[in-house]
Amino acid sequence: MTKIAPRQLVKSDQIKVGVLALQGSFLEHLYILQRIGVKTTQVRLPEQLEDLDGLIIPGGESTTIGKLAVDFGLLEPLKQFGKKKAIWGTCAGAILLSKDAHRSQPLLELMDITVDRNAFGRQIASFEIDLDIPALESVSPESRPFHGVFIRAPLIASVDGDGKVLAALPDGRVVAVQQGQLLATAFHPELTDDDRVHRYFVQLAAENTIN
Amino acid sequence: MESQVSTFKTKKGLAQMLKGGVIMDVVTAEHAKIAEDAGAVAVMALERVPADIRADGGVARMSDPELIIQIMETVSIPVMAKARIGHFVEAQILQALEVDYIDESEVLTPADEAYHINKHAFKTPFVCGCRNLGEALRRIGEGAAMIRTKGEPGTGDVVEAVRHARTVFGEVKMLINMPEEELMTFAKNIGAPYQLLLETRELGRLPVVNFAAGGIATPADAALMMQLGVDGVFVGSGIFKSGNPAKRAEAIVKAVTHYENPEILAEISRNLGEPMVGRNVTDLEDNERMADRGW
Repeated sequence: MTKIAPRQLVKSDQIKVGVLALQGSFLEHLYILQRIGVKTTQVRLPEQLEDLDGLIIPGGESTTIGKLAVDFGLLEPLKQFGKKKAIWGTCAGAILLSKDAHRSQPLLELMDITVDRNAFGRQIASFEIDLDIPALESVSPESRPFHGVFIRAPLIASVDGDGKVLAALPDGRVVAVQQGQLLATAFHPELTDDDRVHRYFVQLAAENTIN
Repeated sequence: MESQVSTFKTKKGLAQMLKGGVIMDVVTAEHAKIAEDAGAVAVMALERVPADIRADGGVARMSDPELIIQIMETVSIPVMAKARIGHFVEAQILQALEVDYIDESEVLTPADEAYHINKHAFKTPFVCGCRNLGEALRRIGEGAAMIRTKGEPGTGDVVEAVRHARTVFGEVKMLINMPEEELMTFAKNIGAPYQLLLETRELGRLPVVNFAAGGIATPADAALMMQLGVDGVFVGSGIFKSGNPAKRAEAIVKAVTHYENPEILAEISRNLGEPMVGRNVTDLEDNERMADRGW
């Protein structure tokens, strides 16, 4: 796992992060972003991507979110956005960021990862587990585990290009990857009270905007 | 690092992932495919849609497991299935089939006239219907991880869905503004578990996701329920009893996303074909009302 050095902190209230609000756990993400003092907006139409430093694609059903993105002309604007700006996908969002989900469905194909949908089984196999995520030390000096909530979760089956593994299960299976300004997690930080991954992403978005 | 499987957080969490979405009643795998292609977040397997249960009469039970299996093999989205109120063996069977959610539903003929299923005893999460805050919190007390306001299923008449949603939200508002010394008596009067009442007051909303159901037949109906404050909608007979199920299903999905945008609602409501014929709730005899089932 890659350890990323602490960086210059940017004030989070200068940053504006959108949450894709087509379907899913977008309010949960918004509440955490607001709590850490970030300006937020809900994104349902392409013009709402303007002026954003970053975007979160929430958990939900990837087939539903993908279809609505196509129907409302968001697929191409999201692809263009992700080539320059920071995007973080949780669960369904991670599937949308991937280049291949082993099934025919609309994807953004922005990250060099492939995912297996529902890799752990149906709902009855959904689980919680503490994860070791060393990269979070850049936003929080205390090194404590991050509580991962996995719901009908995908697995990141392969990581190519310059993608870096940020977290894995004890058996080595990959559940979080960063590639440049793009972040994918198979689990749901928005369902916890722990805002470290959100702060990590806001930092990523801020640095990306400055550079 | 030990993992914990099927916790209440993951049960409630799946419902959180369904928010802003439409869950569609389906009877066959073919219906399920149409629903998934239209953008449904989940499908609900049942033996007959509520409008047919009303028309045919007789005892309505859990679906044939064969049909549920076919549906699970056909779609990648979560599959829910209905068990009769109090019929914990139907629920055990549905859990053995690994359906993603069990709906202990008043749409089917109740199996027990006094007790609901002890839902804490299951790994599979449950959704239950309610008409008011007390009923919602009793179901959550029994272990439900998701609530839906009942409405009056199989009618295509949204009036009861509106009544039940307004009742729940109204009672939550009352609860938030209530002086502390009134809380225990309020809990007693509405038949709500006291601790869950306190939790609801603290959160300012039900402690689990709350969808609307029962009588939603158009994109406008779905957007109405969303503007009233529900987290998503169930559509039963409204889709597969209409003239063009695929088109109507797709329009209702879009309406739930853009529920606050009347221009988009106007556009997607055009040319949907015949809606389900429907029955006015006021024309129903008392013994035809499904929403009154549940204790």
